[in-house]
Amino acid sequence: MERLGHCRLTNLSKVYGDAVALKQVDLEIPAGQYCCLVGPSGCGKTSTLRMIAGHEQISEGEIHIDGECMNKLEPSDRPTAMMFQDYALFPHLSCLDNVAFSLRMQGRAKVARHARARELLSLVHMDAYEKRLPSQLSGGQRQRVALARALVTNPSVLLLDEPLSALDPFLRVRMRDELRRLQLELGMTFVHVTHSQEEAMALADMVVVMNEGEIEQIDTPQDVYNRPASQFVARFIGGHNVFNATVTESSETGTRLNGSQGAAYMAPVADLSPGTAVSFSVRSDKIALSRSGDTPMTNSVTSDVGLVEYQGAWVKLGLKAADVEELTVMVTEDVFNQMPVQMGDQVVVSWVQSDIHFLIGKKMLSVDDQWGGDR
Amino acid sequence: MKRWNNTALLQVAPLGAVFLLFFIVPLVLTLIVSFWDYTEYAIIPDFTFRNYQEIFEGCVTRLPDLCMTFKTYWSTFKFSFMVWLLTLVIGFTVSYFLRFHVRTMTMQVVLFLLCTIPFWTSNVIRMIAWIPLLGRNGLVNQGLLEVGLVDQGLDWLLYSEFSVILAFVHLYTLFMIVPIFNSMLRIDESVLEAAYDAGASGWQTLVNVVIPLCRPGIAIGSIFVITIIMGDFITIGIMGGQQIASIGKVIHVEMQYLQFPAAAANAVILLAAVLMIIYGLTRVVDIRKEL
Repeated sequence: MERLGHCRLTNLSKVYGDAVALKQVDLEIPAGQYCCLVGPSGCGKTSTLRMIAGHEQISEGEIHIDGECMNKLEPSDRPTAMMFQDYALFPHLSCLDNVAFSLRMQGRAKVARHARARELLSLVHMDAYEKRLPSQLSGGQRQRVALARALVTNPSVLLLDEPLSALDPFLRVRMRDELRRLQLELGMTFVHVTHSQEEAMALADMVVVMNEGEIEQIDTPQDVYNRPASQFVARFIGGHNVFNATVTESSETGTRLNGSQGAAYMAPVADLSPGTAVSFSVRSDKIALSRSGDTPMTNSVTSDVGLVEYQGAWVKLGLKAADVEELTVMVTEDVFNQMPVQMGDQVVVSWVQSDIHFLIGKKMLSVDDQWGGDR
Repeated sequence: MKRWNNTALLQVAPLGAVFLLFFIVPLVLTLIVSFWDYTEYAIIPDFTFRNYQEIFEGCVTRLPDLCMTFKTYWSTFKFSFMVWLLTLVIGFTVSYFLRFHVRTMTMQVVLFLLCTIPFWTSNVIRMIAWIPLLGRNGLVNQGLLEVGLVDQGLDWLLYSEFSVILAFVHLYTLFMIVPIFNSMLRIDESVLEAAYDAGASGWQTLVNVVIPLCRPGIAIGSIFVITIIMGDFITIGIMGGQQIASIGKVIHVEMQYLQFPAAAANAVILLAAVLMIIYGLTRVVDIRKEL
């Protein structure tokens, strides 16, 4: 059986009065994928989700699900179901009736709809609470009921609007696992909006990073982390240091760059002509630390330690250096213990050529590149 | 059980004293006086059921014909029910519009204040204002005559059941709007979206989500309106041209003739009737949820 839930957004825009929330976005989500839309608040991710659900008018562009145009359809006629940020459970109905609500609206008999609702409640392990009102449940339990309610009509696409943001950190991690388990079990497309890059990395098959109404990068979590497309992505996803430099020489062995204060960097081969101003990123856990006075070389910077933060397995060092807004270095606790540094110490940090990653611009993977076989 | 502590007792004492002095004491006095005897010129402390007997004299034996008391109660219930229904429908619609159609908070406040404008004057003036409008030579009749819709001025416009109901609805719809609006403010808009997402039509959402969630507000508004109308005698008097009977009116007349024990007995029965209605309402709706 062919999987359902293939979403295609073409040229999608959303305008609120004068404010543009979404600028001609193109996005293709293959069926059965866990897709996370991630970005800071106001980046247009929620508008996108709500347009897919049909709760927001489309200003321009088209939404297709499994080849059918959704633009003119009511939310209830779309093969989507939405799980709201604050769960939006009906406060006057028991868990069972909440889950059975849409079946009741369809006019299904009480026995049949309650049987189906119980099925869903047991799927989310809430069958013991079917008589409770939402106000008698904890946040995590409410979320499970909301999930069951969204799934009861057997949608092809489940839309989740910041589903974990109302939970405490411990529960958040547990529910995250649960969402992933459910998605694999049910095999439907999940579109999950979040502002937490950590959540997106942990859950998604495909991460869509958005900023100011535009998509910055569509990629697998690994590629988003290892090869951020733009400065924005590198900064948003965290764990990266963004440097600015100018290309001085492009050869077969690599690209030579100059920093503003005489620093020289040697980056991997790239198609860049001398004189171009570029930015590149280096992961903060790929940077090595040594005492000042050691042999200077390319790809190393001498700097002052501004912050030492113990984080358990890692120690985070904040450094002041040229060409970079703030230089963060993560060293393992063992490494730190071998070479303890204090605030105010001068150290040399360095990295290898292959760990330099150019931030060229947006990167839109087409479905065929990455997920072609899965369709 | 939690033990009473002295500070808490002290804190409730002022309100308690006010309630005791101005609510409990008069009520108990009324109850006591309702068992007293009276003549044309005197009130005699006693313990007699005469007042109650007189009120219900022949009421059971003459059935199915209604005695005076039953007729009056029937008429009062009828007014209460019709006004309740009209204020409920209008109040609910206005609240719904204010809550879900008016987008900005400022506009909501402005329109809400607009609803309260009639309350800037006394209710007697608001009633009297209807007279030049509805009278035989009033504006409405003149207008109808001019347009040629009627040959003769309509005389049921004023001093009729119609004008009584009109005045009641005009006076008391706000008492429905306020609690219902308050209930609606607590409805999260995402809940309506969720209903919509689940395939509910506008009507289904109204019946299955909005109305159930407004029940406490509807109950409180109903209590306001019903208790006011059950005991009213001024509006029925003025707008009914002193021709329509009501329990309040009966009590009022008995007071004027200084038949305090009879008036007290009537008041006790009215109180019992109203309390029964309220009890019934609270059985249907849990008002405490709103408080």
